Amino acid sequence: MSDLTLLGAAETAAVVAGGDVSAREVATAHLDRIEQTDEVVHAFLHVDRDLTLTQADAVDQARADGSPLGPLAGVPLALKDVFTMKGAPTTCGSKILQGWRPPYDATVVERLSAGGVVVLGKTNMDEFAMGSSTENSAYGVTRNPWNLSRIPGGSSGGSSAAVAARQAPLAIGTDTGGSIRQPAAVTGIVGVKPTYGGVSRYGLVAFSSSLDQGGPLARSVLDAALLHEVMAGHDPKDATSINAPVPPVVAAARGELGGVEGMKVGVVSQLQGEGYQPGVQARFDETVALLTSLGAEVVEVSCPSFEYALPAYYLISPSECSSNLARFDGMRYGLRDGDNGENGVEQVMAITRATGFGPEVKRRIMLGTYALSAGYYDAYYGQAQKVRTLIRRDFEAAYAKVDVLVSPTTPTVAFPIGERADDPIAMYKADLATLPSSLYGGPAMSLPAGLGDDNLPVGVQLMAAVQRDEQVYRVGAALETALEERWGGPLLDQIPELVLGAST
Amino acid sequence: MTATTSEPLLTFEDAIATFDPVMGFEVHVELNTLTKMFCGCPTEFGAPPNTQVCPVCLGLPGALPVVNEKAVESAIRIGLALGCSIAEWSRFARKNYFYPDMPKDFQTSQYDEPIAVNGALAIVVPTEDGPRPVTVGIERAHMEEDTGKILHVGGATGRIHGADYSLIDYNRAGVPLIEIVTKPIEVEPALAPAVARAYVTELRELIVALGVSDAHMHQGSMRVDANVSLKPRGRVELGTRTETKNVNSIRSVERAVRFEIQRQAAVLQAGETIIQETRHFHESDGSTTSGRIKEEAEDYRYFPEPDLTPIVPESAWIERLRATLPEPPLKRRARIREEWGISEHEMQSLINAGALELVQQTVALGADSADARKWWTGEIARISNERGLDVAALPITPQDVHRIIMLTIEGSLNDKLARQVIEGVLAGEGNPDEVVVSRDLAVVSDDGALLEAIDTALAQQPDVAEKIRGGKVQAAGAIVGAVMQSTGGMADAARVRELILERVGDSLG
Repeated sequence: MSDLTLLGAAETAAVVAGGDVSAREVATAHLDRIEQTDEVVHAFLHVDRDLTLTQADAVDQARADGSPLGPLAGVPLALKDVFTMKGAPTTCGSKILQGWRPPYDATVVERLSAGGVVVLGKTNMDEFAMGSSTENSAYGVTRNPWNLSRIPGGSSGGSSAAVAARQAPLAIGTDTGGSIRQPAAVTGIVGVKPTYGGVSRYGLVAFSSSLDQGGPLARSVLDAALLHEVMAGHDPKDATSINAPVPPVVAAARGELGGVEGMKVGVVSQLQGEGYQPGVQARFDETVALLTSLGAEVVEVSCPSFEYALPAYYLISPSECSSNLARFDGMRYGLRDGDNGENGVEQVMAITRATGFGPEVKRRIMLGTYALSAGYYDAYYGQAQKVRTLIRRDFEAAYAKVDVLVSPTTPTVAFPIGERADDPIAMYKADLATLPSSLYGGPAMSLPAGLGDDNLPVGVQLMAAVQRDEQVYRVGAALETALEERWGGPLLDQIPELVLGAST
Repeated sequence: MTATTSEPLLTFEDAIATFDPVMGFEVHVELNTLTKMFCGCPTEFGAPPNTQVCPVCLGLPGALPVVNEKAVESAIRIGLALGCSIAEWSRFARKNYFYPDMPKDFQTSQYDEPIAVNGALAIVVPTEDGPRPVTVGIERAHMEEDTGKILHVGGATGRIHGADYSLIDYNRAGVPLIEIVTKPIEVEPALAPAVARAYVTELRELIVALGVSDAHMHQGSMRVDANVSLKPRGRVELGTRTETKNVNSIRSVERAVRFEIQRQAAVLQAGETIIQETRHFHESDGSTTSGRIKEEAEDYRYFPEPDLTPIVPESAWIERLRATLPEPPLKRRARIREEWGISEHEMQSLINAGALELVQQTVALGADSADARKWWTGEIARISNERGLDVAALPITPQDVHRIIMLTIEGSLNDKLARQVIEGVLAGEGNPDEVVVSRDLAVVSDDGALLEAIDTALAQQPDVAEKIRGGKVQAAGAIVGAVMQSTGGMADAARVRELILERVGDSLG
């Protein structure tokens, strides 16, 4: 078998199940690829060869025993370092969790393990998933494999970079305001934020509980769907988990639910035009035209409340984070600073938090603390919740008329590392188009739409109604087929070879 | 621990001559569910530290809460028993503040959307002019989780300041609590402390009858915070209040309220102002001392708990729970009074002694109610007073008392010996039978041994023997006394008398 890192997840699972290669060989190929490339990409925070090979051997053993194998058995995966996994550290990209080894597995990790998915390691991320560039990690930046001077998106930038750099065919990210979709868009891969409650959050270290959602990153719509199906489903340990069957995402990705012909597609007026790069807008317009040519009925849809998505999001998510991150106080786990025998407990807590959190996390904790304060609550948090309701109504009104909504995933292609590091507002704007469906809770996919400015990938966002995740896969699969036909292969085939040994 | 207060006090009479006290109570009841509020950890009291914990109740990163349905059920039943309306829709909220006994640095509680609101509890307050019915308004009852326990080690006070280090036990963290909050209680000033006591007594009885908590105040499964403020007679607006925390017995509630009334009256009388603060109660002398001063009202930044979905109980469920409510305490007591044939006054002293349930349980085991009352409100209540504990806090059970009563009826114990058995049980020497054996307390029932003692006594007091023979039966008392003395009190006096008369009769032949 030639380079195993070129295979997608579905193909890998097939060759492992067929006995053409062992899971150990597949894992080894990817571990070697990580070893060769991660010096420049820096997608991973933690890789444990032995732990990975133990998982791979278990799959090979199961196959040898004739035990049934899951649809992704033997497929390697990169896990965002925001999920707990026994036997490995969980840092969330933060110094404050340095050295913490969780004593329990996230539900998602349990499901991966039950399905024979082989975890290669934990990927880099913006600290506590706050950011759009992975520059906010306490453990260094991750580089975009398309151009090492560019950001890989964030906060799931380690996961997107790993998939784009062929270090792993699959990755798991989390999306609070766009943290799966935006990294997928800027690295030319597929990323899906499932319906809120579709994937268990148990073991996902919370940033903003009412928005956080784990989801797949992959090099094809089908691969994303296969992982989606393994991750998703009701979890009694998560009270916000939906107790209903997982939407038929794999069937949709295989085209079994039909193509886009006859589907109604809405283009959101508020999510295009001004503020969107010409290359981004051009690829988006072409995609819409392609949908029409495939037989979809495209209409313009206005969602006026979307204009307030960004301010609402930057009140709700910091409010929740100010409370969720309170527990990092140096008392029970992770970093403890200032415990010199003189300082009292409150001082040790304060010093630990001052040392352990980076500037963006502190900014959001302060923002959220302020927004929840007595006397400000109604004006900020309360008002933001009202906006959230209005946004939900906009979506509901839209989905009464159309099956899916489309927009560019991000206003720009991957920006240069450092460009927005000191300009939080510019950074926040990277999520302009992804925030509305986060606040609503519906599923959304970013699909590669071609190359834009600076020859860098552009993503198109497909959104659907709550619990209609199969709709984005159905449209995504049809578009993917048509686009790849146009390009003569996957967009990722156009990625430049990584220049190794040129780490800066 | 001794109180450090030397704050001036007015006499209670002087205090209430000028000021009207207003009280409010926040009572935390630890539910007796098998598992915690938001996880599956056991709640059993007394396990080794940090053995009943998991990622959820330790607040580990990534862990999520799931509501214990049994706790919601208990909350609804408490709400219904207090005549509250049960909210069709209620929510948990996060109360945010940093403290190391709270693993998440927020407490999951309920804020402006509690599960039960607006009820009342009817109580009866004993007064010099007889029992007085009073209705205490209930503002709300809500669900929350308990915190861990901190042990401050070293230093003089056992408090955080001056401690060398602190140990934290998270076994209690996440145990379900119901907080029951009264409306402001304004009663005839002289009655305030008694109302406080009667309210807590009544509430405790209701909780126990519901079977939702063991409500042991000394173990902390029922904790009372007493809010007291004073206002000059005739003024409408409320004065500044203090909150006396964790008053750990029913008796202490009354004392704490009385003390705060006297202390606050002295402060106000001197033209000074009351500081809004938390105060600690001291069992030793019944005083309260200043705890944490709330310089500014603490801002807990409450917001709806996003990890939990709202509680929306179906009305059919609520009605099913309503059908499980026990007889209301007032009604129950009227029925018991009738069954036992006792007066309201006697009932009140049973309640004041905190012994009603204990007597009832003893009766349920088969004892006569008069016997059960005699021991619980007599010797046992005397010892509880001596020790400053509630009767229920003493290590003697209705089973023990029932056994003692049975032994007395059988004649193997007399009252004096029974008191010694009680003493032995309380000293941890075992159950009554074990104490009887180990202390060798059985009544001498061997007639042979008694006759020997009688013969000796008769021989020593021939004149008395003569009188008895002459028909002066009451003279036998002297011989009975001598026999009791020689047997160390372990004889059944009635049997001794019988034997004496038989003996003298025989010799008359």
